[in-house]
Amino acid sequence: MTRARPFLLGLRSVMPLLVGVGPFGVIYGVVALQSGIPPLAAMAMSSIVFAGSAQFLLAQLVGAGAPLLLTAGAVGLVNLRHALYSASVAPLLAHLPRRWKLLLAYLLTDEAYAAAIPHLLGRSDARPPDAHWILFGSGFGLWAGWQVSTLAGVLIGTQLSPNLGLEFALPLTFIAIVVPMIDSRAFLAAAVAAGGVAVALAALPYKGGLFLAALAGLAVGAALTGRAK
Amino acid sequence: MNLWWLMVVCGAITFGIRYSFIAAEGHYQPPTWFRRLLPFVPIAALTALVAPELLLVQGEIMLGGDNQRLWAGLVAIVVAALWRNTLLTIGCGFLALFVLQRI
Repeated sequence: MTRARPFLLGLRSVMPLLVGVGPFGVIYGVVALQSGIPPLAAMAMSSIVFAGSAQFLLAQLVGAGAPLLLTAGAVGLVNLRHALYSASVAPLLAHLPRRWKLLLAYLLTDEAYAAAIPHLLGRSDARPPDAHWILFGSGFGLWAGWQVSTLAGVLIGTQLSPNLGLEFALPLTFIAIVVPMIDSRAFLAAAVAAGGVAVALAALPYKGGLFLAALAGLAVGAALTGRAK
Repeated sequence: MNLWWLMVVCGAITFGIRYSFIAAEGHYQPPTWFRRLLPFVPIAALTALVAPELLLVQGEIMLGGDNQRLWAGLVAIVVAALWRNTLLTIGCGFLALFVLQRI
């Protein structure tokens, strides 16, 4: 089986992120119930929406009785950065049948993308033929972990005390992924710009600052490569 | 019932965003500047997620010794740059946080 290997590579790569995602899933389950969302709906949301921070927001807005249009708009804004991931992996998936594209789009989260991307963007420009299996591995791993942790939050959330600081595994893993990728001044400048703007605009509602920060990083990076050539 | 509709709408929006460029690939010719942006997506997007986690404490920038996450994060950055090992980076980051919280 040549498919098992890339699938397991993706699965393995997402494991450190599950350490950080687990507590978030538990907290989401608790917050959803506290917002008056029935347990079944709280669970279903983890498969229907499948987006960590958007689900938190959704639960809070439902609890506050916000109108549908505002809630949907806010969720869209929170998830806008996923369009960048979509653009980033699109060339790698162009040759695949539609069912693969639908599946991988559904599974495309911050964590699944981050875990897979070091294996997708090699030194060479050659397109890895098994990119979709790596993405499927990391996407499936995160999906399964999210469902299990949500279920734990819904069922026994109030008895768990998720405040162990394990969420710190998320930024630490992102650091482990990003830092080795910085091998030129353009990449360094992109990181500094994105980080700086994200901190400066952190107060913007619905994580608007994250998307603008990512755009700032892209613009700075591309501008510097353009000048070097 | 209203809640289920809301979930379906939000799920569709989220999926649509994630599917957008994957679906469009091959059906449009992106300008060259757009292709030049793409290599920077992982670094820009993930750094945007990390920086506020390290630098902000309850919404305020905090650079002093009291901000343990910042210093643990810096330890992780140095370890990641030197050894390029994921588990070692996470382990040293947690260890640094653990030590800083106890001194």
